[in-house]
Amino acid sequence: MAVEQALTARQILSEPGAPVVVFDHVELAFDEKVVLKDLSFTLIKGHTKIILGASGSGKSTALKIIVGLLKADAGVVWVNGQRVDQLSERALMDVRSDLGMIFQEGALFDSLTVRENVGYKLYEETDLPLEDIDRRVEEVLGFIGLSEHIDKMPSELSGGQRRRVAIARAISFKPSIMLYDEATTGLDPITASTVNDEMIKLRDLESVSSIIVTHQLRDAFYVAEHMAERAANGTVRVVPATPEKERQAEFIMLRDGLIIFEGDADTLRASTDPYIREFLS
Amino acid sequence: MLSLIESWLKKAALEAQEYVRLTISTFGGVFTRPFYRHDIVEQFELIGWGSLTVVLLAGVFTGMALASQSGLTLDQFGARPVVGRLVSASMVKELGPVLTALMLTGRVGSGIAAELGSMVVTDQINALRALGTDPTRKLVVPRVLAGIFMAPALTVVSDFIGVLGGWVIARYQLQVNSSLYWASVTKGLYFTDVWMGLSKPFVFGFLITTIACHVGLRTEGGTAGVGKSTTISVVAGSVAVIAADFFVTQIFIEFFY
Repeated sequence: MAVEQALTARQILSEPGAPVVVFDHVELAFDEKVVLKDLSFTLIKGHTKIILGASGSGKSTALKIIVGLLKADAGVVWVNGQRVDQLSERALMDVRSDLGMIFQEGALFDSLTVRENVGYKLYEETDLPLEDIDRRVEEVLGFIGLSEHIDKMPSELSGGQRRRVAIARAISFKPSIMLYDEATTGLDPITASTVNDEMIKLRDLESVSSIIVTHQLRDAFYVAEHMAERAANGTVRVVPATPEKERQAEFIMLRDGLIIFEGDADTLRASTDPYIREFLS
Repeated sequence: MLSLIESWLKKAALEAQEYVRLTISTFGGVFTRPFYRHDIVEQFELIGWGSLTVVLLAGVFTGMALASQSGLTLDQFGARPVVGRLVSASMVKELGPVLTALMLTGRVGSGIAAELGSMVVTDQINALRALGTDPTRKLVVPRVLAGIFMAPALTVVSDFIGVLGGWVIARYQLQVNSSLYWASVTKGLYFTDVWMGLSKPFVFGFLITTIACHVGLRTEGGTAGVGKSTTISVVAGSVAVIAADFFVTQIFIEFFY
């Protein structure tokens, strides 16, 4: 019976339009402070969910609940067909094997080189041959454009490079869901654009579903309104998105742990809510 | 006032609960897969080999001071030739294990708390978990194993170098014949004394590393929090070593003497 259910879940998740992350009436409080109040949303396979909100509105907390770093007080959280709110730390390892998370400031391991950081999961948590891991690390660093920094320590990299290495580390094991926690905060506009392009390329070329937490409006709209395409000669370009592609990026605005807006970029821009207007101005 | 006491008690109970939980999961990590062998070897080297200099220095100066002081007291009874007995018994049963443990608390405990604390405040611990690694197995188990096994090894070194330092003072300051000193050293030691002296460091090594890991992993509040954790680790580790020394001594006296 359980095997049948697992098979059904896998079949459902393999189809386009499958819900890969589901938040159902999730609540969380730290002592007296309520961080999330009745949060519900669904991330569709291959789509992007952009969570906006001021500092302390509960954006990062939502991501940590998805990875199982925090447990919700109430509500149900499904990730790839598994209820992460009920899983033990050990059982969560299986869910995490398909999740890549970019932390604020990158959270690179400062005692390891770029190579060791990027290949961390493969070196430490798999039995793959070393040559295969090295090849994958080089491939990922090439994708992210940092091949020449492979033997450097994180302290030798700029802020933007560290953030891109963090992306490389998260994608090295080919997760199907990426979670970006303020991936461009604190970066200059040019470096932020490079990081945004990486997010777009992952989503459109590798079919990765993404949840982007940010309060950088410029970056949020850029990711929602652009798409990556591969030309016949193999080069990758980031171009303005088609209307259909744009609709695959949905915004959520959080205020004090509650969703006050849910919709696409155009609807967000047209909102007359005073708080949203102030946030967008 | 009552609410302050209540809140303090709750916090203390929570800390104790988390410490016990970490200790239990560490034991689980020692006996079940996955093992991070590379980290275990690295920690044995860092904690063992890395602490050797400080332990040697502490041991030799303690042995020399002990011989010097004992010489003065023993002279009052005309018992200067038995200075070796006093040095060896004191070093092996008490000073060697305790001083080595206090040195390790300062050097290793503070280092562990600072390292793990920094990893917590920079989200590296969360990153480890997100990448599918259990931080207890990867970070705590290697440090605790290294603490448990390297503390006794370093204590043996400290005991030996302390007795050697005592010999230098006995021979050149107190003018005690070398063979008399070494005969006195072995005469002053009983099998139970050696067992007591060797059992204590296992307990101390365990306490120092588990306290440091617990404090480090519960760091809050950015870089200021890392400083606070480091201080707590050294203070709590030192007090735990001295308290454990008393209790282990009592257990040995009760059951083996």
